[in-house]
Amino acid sequence: MDHKGTKLIHKYLRHDKKFPHVWCPGCGNGIVLGALIRAIDKLGLKKDDVVMVSGIGCSGRMPVYVDFNTLHTTHGRALTFATGIKLVRPHLHVMVVMGDGDATAIGGNHFIHAARRNIDLTAIIVNNQIYGMTGGQHSPTTPYGCKATTAMYGHIEHAFSISELAVTAGASFVARGSVYHAQMLDGMLEKAILKKGFSVVEVMSNCHVQFGRRNQMGDPVTMMKRLKDHAVRIEKAKTMEPGELEGKFTIGILADVDKPVYTEEYEKIREGAKR
Amino acid sequence: MRQVIKGNHAVSHGVRLSKVKVISAYPITPQTTIVEELSEMCASGALDAKFIKVESEHSALAALIGSATAGVRSFTATSSQGLLLMHEVLHWVCGARLPIVLANVNRAVGAGWNIWADQTDSISQRDTGWIQIYCESNQEVLDSVIMAYKLAEKLMLPVMVSYDAFFLSHTSEVVDIPDQDTVDQFLPPFEPPHKVDFADPRMFGGMIGPEIYYEERYCIHKDAMAAIKTYSEICQQFQEAFGREYALAESYMVDDAEIIVVTAGTITSVARIAVRKAREKGIKLGLMKLRLFRPVPYELWRGILGGVNKVVVIDRNLIGGVGGAFVSEIRSALFPLEKRPVVYSAIAGLGGRDVTPADVLGIVEHVASGKADVDTPIFWGLKE
Repeated sequence: MDHKGTKLIHKYLRHDKKFPHVWCPGCGNGIVLGALIRAIDKLGLKKDDVVMVSGIGCSGRMPVYVDFNTLHTTHGRALTFATGIKLVRPHLHVMVVMGDGDATAIGGNHFIHAARRNIDLTAIIVNNQIYGMTGGQHSPTTPYGCKATTAMYGHIEHAFSISELAVTAGASFVARGSVYHAQMLDGMLEKAILKKGFSVVEVMSNCHVQFGRRNQMGDPVTMMKRLKDHAVRIEKAKTMEPGELEGKFTIGILADVDKPVYTEEYEKIREGAKR
Repeated sequence: MRQVIKGNHAVSHGVRLSKVKVISAYPITPQTTIVEELSEMCASGALDAKFIKVESEHSALAALIGSATAGVRSFTATSSQGLLLMHEVLHWVCGARLPIVLANVNRAVGAGWNIWADQTDSISQRDTGWIQIYCESNQEVLDSVIMAYKLAEKLMLPVMVSYDAFFLSHTSEVVDIPDQDTVDQFLPPFEPPHKVDFADPRMFGGMIGPEIYYEERYCIHKDAMAAIKTYSEICQQFQEAFGREYALAESYMVDDAEIIVVTAGTITSVARIAVRKAREKGIKLGLMKLRLFRPVPYELWRGILGGVNKVVVIDRNLIGGVGGAFVSEIRSALFPLEKRPVVYSAIAGLGGRDVTPADVLGIVEHVASGKADVDTPIFWGLKE
């Protein structure tokens, strides 16, 4: 990050209150937060028009550090709290930061229903494939065969693909990026924020402390390189055989559709019922 | 075998020695290392059980309804918000008469977020019909898990074993880990009166109307009250087998006491020191440690507390609009006495705030001086 970029981020931080942060050195969470701030800055959103909601987990700490309207909620329920905010203040940009466990395990039901309902929220899911904060238990995105503290001899369940799940559940906009592809992530977040309807940005991230360490994936730099090497652009993936994509993940925009948005539809119903 | 282990691992060993067959859990700080160790024990074969990490605490306990109905010993562990998320299922386990044991690491509830010791989580679940036991040491945690299965299976009621976050869960102490043979003799294999059995098909969880629901609820109450006698017997049998003495409530230097301080959990160890210091200062102080909180051992409490002038209950929980949960029950227990002690309430140690011997002594001296108001809790150490 150049000096200018760092300065930009500093404009949005709660400097005097909540630092130092809790994230481990080399964690991808800071990159996600940086990308989100750059996207918000580029779009020229007013701080007071942004609401950042989170659940529980390492990513759940994200709103704590930034100077927006912020709400740190219970585990898995961030989308439901955000739904309430959006209903009452539809003009606000409501962004929901979750981890893979938060969004697709304990909060999985809320996730698919927020997508189906197509309520205008921006969901950012940091997918590090593990429960990092509680010490490395397997999550719904821990790959088959990988080790976790609750799967010391290899994980026997199969991972969700969060983005494909979001597409199937009906989200208007779905993109997958990674913390290695930071500039690409800026763009994805801008599009997601602008999109009317439920938008999802899944960010593949490294947890070298709880996931990488038990799976011999090396230090943060090595894990970052791994993200680079394993990412395949969606456009390219379409030209590849399924076997070639084994163990890799696609990055890019998976869905971008226009369809009626919950809060606007609801207003129409209210207006119609008045007559 | 004596080992230096953390409170969470004391639970894991208690579960292993109890030969539990199914463990289902979801991670939450500070519970996680209990189930991590159990996961490892299951995978390595040290414990012949099935472990599953599910997608929420609600699912964790619900899965055990299945395994316990199938007739096997079942276990889960949680803490704070996780216990609250189980609320619906806690009631169901009791109504379904399933002898599940749950270890709860007492942690504060949100909002605001706090991961440290506080008993409000299990206190808020005190009316779900679960038997509740509070522990003071890692040894007691291990022993209580084993005794909990014996009690649960005798009465066909679930048991919750609670102990303080970090002060026990993440603190190492010397623990005597019993040998398997002795535990096997104390706790024979679970023989459920009813279970899913193709040779004897039954329907579980059916609808029951007004003509029988009352009686069904009465039976739960009657059997829960029977826990007082049954648990006393189990404590006696435990002492004979393992040489360690437990009771439903334990007293310390109460024989000549004029004031008794009542505690639950780790504040008890601190209060013992305060009792000795108070006596050096000429205050005849005694201590009652509360272990069994559900069912309420009314007569036992009356026997210990009934003869003194003043009782002060220290609650590491605060129910808004009420005060402390333990003091409320102590007052109820003592009310039928013709001549009863004046019961004072103190709130201390919320959200993991440290309670030292000097704090307990300070509370007691405040009560002894006659300055304390019986209608208002002593909010000890509250920053104005």
